[in-house]
Amino acid sequence: MLKQAEKSPEEIRDQKIYRQWGMSDNEYHTVVNKLLHRLPNFTEAGILAGMWSEHCSYKNTKPLLRHFWSKGSKVLEGPGEDAGAIDIGDNQAVIFKAESHNHPSYVEPFEGAATGVGGIIRDIFSMGARPVALLDSLRFGELTNQKNKFLMDRTVDGIAHYGNSIGIPTVGGEIGFDSTYDKNSLVNVMCVGIENQDDLKQDKASGIGNSIIYVGAKTGRDGINGATFASNEFSDSKESDRSAVQVGDPFMEKLLVDACLDIIHHHSDILVGIQDMGAAGLVSSSAEMASKAKSGVDLNLDLVPQREPHMTPYEILLSESQERMLLCVKKGHEKTIIDIFKRFGLDGVVIGHVNNNGQYHLTQHGETVCNIPVHTIVDDVPEYTHPIIEPDRIKHPAADFVPTVNDAGQMLAKLLSQPTIASKQSVYRQYDSRVQTNTVVAPGSDAGIIRIRHTDKALAMTTDCNGRYVYLNPEIGGEIATSEAARNIVAGGGLPIGATDCLNFGNPEDSESYYALAKSIDGITKACKLFDTPVISGNVSLHNETDRKPIYPTPLIGMVGLIKHDDEITTQDAKHAGDLVYIVGKTYDDYSGSEIQKLIQHQISGRIKHFDLQTENKNRKLVYQSIVNHLVQSVHDLSEGGLGVSIAETLFKHDFGFNGQLDLLGRQLFAETQSRYVITVAPKQKNAFEKLMGDCVKQIGQITKEPIVKIKLNDQDVNMNETDLKQKWERGLN
Amino acid sequence: MRFAVISFPGSNCDRDLYYAIVDSLGEQADLISYTSTDLSKYDTILIPGGFSYGDYLRSGAIAKFAPAMKSVKAFAASGRPVIGICNGFQILTEAGLLPGTLQHNTNISFISEWEPLEVVNNKTPFTNQYQVNQKIKLPIAHGDGNYYCDDDTLKSLKQNHQIVFKYRNNPNGSVDDIAGIVNRKGNVLGMMPHPERATEKILGGQDGLTLFQSILNSIKVRSLS
Repeated sequence: MLKQAEKSPEEIRDQKIYRQWGMSDNEYHTVVNKLLHRLPNFTEAGILAGMWSEHCSYKNTKPLLRHFWSKGSKVLEGPGEDAGAIDIGDNQAVIFKAESHNHPSYVEPFEGAATGVGGIIRDIFSMGARPVALLDSLRFGELTNQKNKFLMDRTVDGIAHYGNSIGIPTVGGEIGFDSTYDKNSLVNVMCVGIENQDDLKQDKASGIGNSIIYVGAKTGRDGINGATFASNEFSDSKESDRSAVQVGDPFMEKLLVDACLDIIHHHSDILVGIQDMGAAGLVSSSAEMASKAKSGVDLNLDLVPQREPHMTPYEILLSESQERMLLCVKKGHEKTIIDIFKRFGLDGVVIGHVNNNGQYHLTQHGETVCNIPVHTIVDDVPEYTHPIIEPDRIKHPAADFVPTVNDAGQMLAKLLSQPTIASKQSVYRQYDSRVQTNTVVAPGSDAGIIRIRHTDKALAMTTDCNGRYVYLNPEIGGEIATSEAARNIVAGGGLPIGATDCLNFGNPEDSESYYALAKSIDGITKACKLFDTPVISGNVSLHNETDRKPIYPTPLIGMVGLIKHDDEITTQDAKHAGDLVYIVGKTYDDYSGSEIQKLIQHQISGRIKHFDLQTENKNRKLVYQSIVNHLVQSVHDLSEGGLGVSIAETLFKHDFGFNGQLDLLGRQLFAETQSRYVITVAPKQKNAFEKLMGDCVKQIGQITKEPIVKIKLNDQDVNMNETDLKQKWERGLN
Repeated sequence: MRFAVISFPGSNCDRDLYYAIVDSLGEQADLISYTSTDLSKYDTILIPGGFSYGDYLRSGAIAKFAPAMKSVKAFAASGRPVIGICNGFQILTEAGLLPGTLQHNTNISFISEWEPLEVVNNKTPFTNQYQVNQKIKLPIAHGDGNYYCDDDTLKSLKQNHQIVFKYRNNPNGSVDDIAGIVNRKGNVLGMMPHPERATEKILGGQDGLTLFQSILNSIKVRSLS
């Protein structure tokens, strides 16, 4: 496919070449008959197919994505720029975005994951922000399959390789396992940056005659048309996808970060716009820049630095070689910018200029190879809406599962050793989590936390999504994903201020996948409005399926919270023997989509019950208040594995024990009812804490020095060694 | 007191060192380029961690040719203090200012942890504020931290009391649990753990600050004598 000689416009039409690039007959006819009124040549058709792919145009999802709420009062920059920005006071802004790199990471996990990290970092510093933290949300098939173990190990290696080298701490994320991800692992990376609000940079190319400057790695034949690749599903019979994966160079990116931030911070008077060359490479960055400024560009492809000889215009434009940036610089000031790049060991090259005729005009060897309106490339993309039909599976769910648990202690040990629940320390220790010397809470707690240097403030951050709940009920699942993220932020002492998303779904033309997408967006939106956490950026990854079998819909939520005073930073581990242990929220028989259902039945089914956004919101606000009032010692969110797992995790860091009594049955220790927390409180603060929390908390026991977990339940007692439980938890991944 | 932090392309702990000196120690520091050759106004040279030149070829192998390194050698020869941390340690061994070399960790993977250490020698300009055999904790973050030297070198390191820090639970396979050494003269220190990451309570510990305070103390003592 890639080595194909350029076909003539007539051959493209007659042989329907555009279909190989993912363009439909209808779309091609629209281009020919309604937009260009002529046949596009090979380069033009290739550009349009790439830019009209779902990955670049969001043509199937835009009508749904518009439902996201992104209007909060603190929003400085909503979706649309490389990343969104939120006011955090003191004239500072936090910038963040998450992005998926699923397809490349399945084909070549090391480079796929590494370049996923590189790509999202460029989105952050091109806004003028210094990247201060990374989080990785990963999903793999079960580790009993060696292939999945390989995928995980190499993915983690790739993330470590890139993140450690470039010097941005990895402070959080999560890893989940389920056979639904067997042939379609997920690699979602979130990057957070901080900057002065005066430095917020927009990616525009405006001003006739201004220069377009290319900087960074040379353009090669790697990742050509990766956007189209990402917009297709895998099949077992297709082996030729390897060339669609790019190779990363964190050293080059480090130079780019330093040089570009220098230019943005010190030469904003001559810098008009700056954008990363991401999906669909040069064409995407240059056309989008021009589109935003309502102008056109003339580019001379001979000037584009190239790694290989004889590259065709199609290859140059759609290459996804990494570590490349595009700048628009005021006419006459090119040398200043190029000299700065030189100082950092980079070559900046003028490759073209802004024009006023709105055309995307390209030349190579003195000949015009593309001349189409920018508008057609970026804005004339058709949008598709599909009917939203509730699948029978959800309309008529299977009967709710209720587990029989005869030995709750043994069940607790078993659940703690499930890879999804088990300690991820063996992974996290491969990431440099402390470079930049701002990390207060490293990966492994509910939220990663960095302080903001020279202020009293800190930021809490997390990524969350339980695809099982979304599969069983996309709307409630979306609400729960958002709620869990907010719970994790609050457990760290933060006030949630904004969210980003990575929507990992199957083929949107499949009715069930589309339904899940639409409904989960509704759920996320409802929760975000209630929590005052606008969605300021996001990314869509569709076609996550192999041989027509989609993954569980997995709309990852990345969330950031502001900690106003660093003495409000809270962690999940118990601090002192003798402290009182409370549970916030009520526990019901909720096992649909739970870890215990998966463990016992090897599948999930049933309804998601008892979840109420208002209760969630009320509980979270009270917990936050108890932290701000300095009434608590530790706060831990309840998620997979329920109360039993959360109590155990609260004890592990300092090897404490727990002695308690619960008005619950053994099985209910593992119910996954939402809106719950485990909190430890010093005895002297008992009254103040209980007065504040009212009837939403219940004291369930006490932290003990002796490392034994003793729980009296209505139908049985648990009596387990903390050290044994911890060992199971620590060895679950190996 | 003025410290120079040399930034190489790919250094990523240079700013951390700068803040450790300026904010935590309360002294002056400059970030200077790898192309600078005039180090005359500085009392101490700090070579930071990171991935200089991407660690391509071999950790520290390219940085040793940077223009600043000639001046660093002259600075060290004059007896004034030089510290290389993590990648900086690798650069100092590549440049021949310290014996031995740093190999891949024995488990192959990168390791990022708070690591318990022991101060083996407190009679250096870098450790005079620690107690001998003091147990401390500093973060490590490296893939190539496995210190190696041959038997003769190890013998002479021991004889001359050049081993300064040892790991208490060797994480990376280093010979004799070595985490940090000085040259024979005692004015050049190389160490894999990051003292600059342990200078503030909020970051989890302050055992690293003592190292910078020791330098301050030794320079003051020297200027008094």
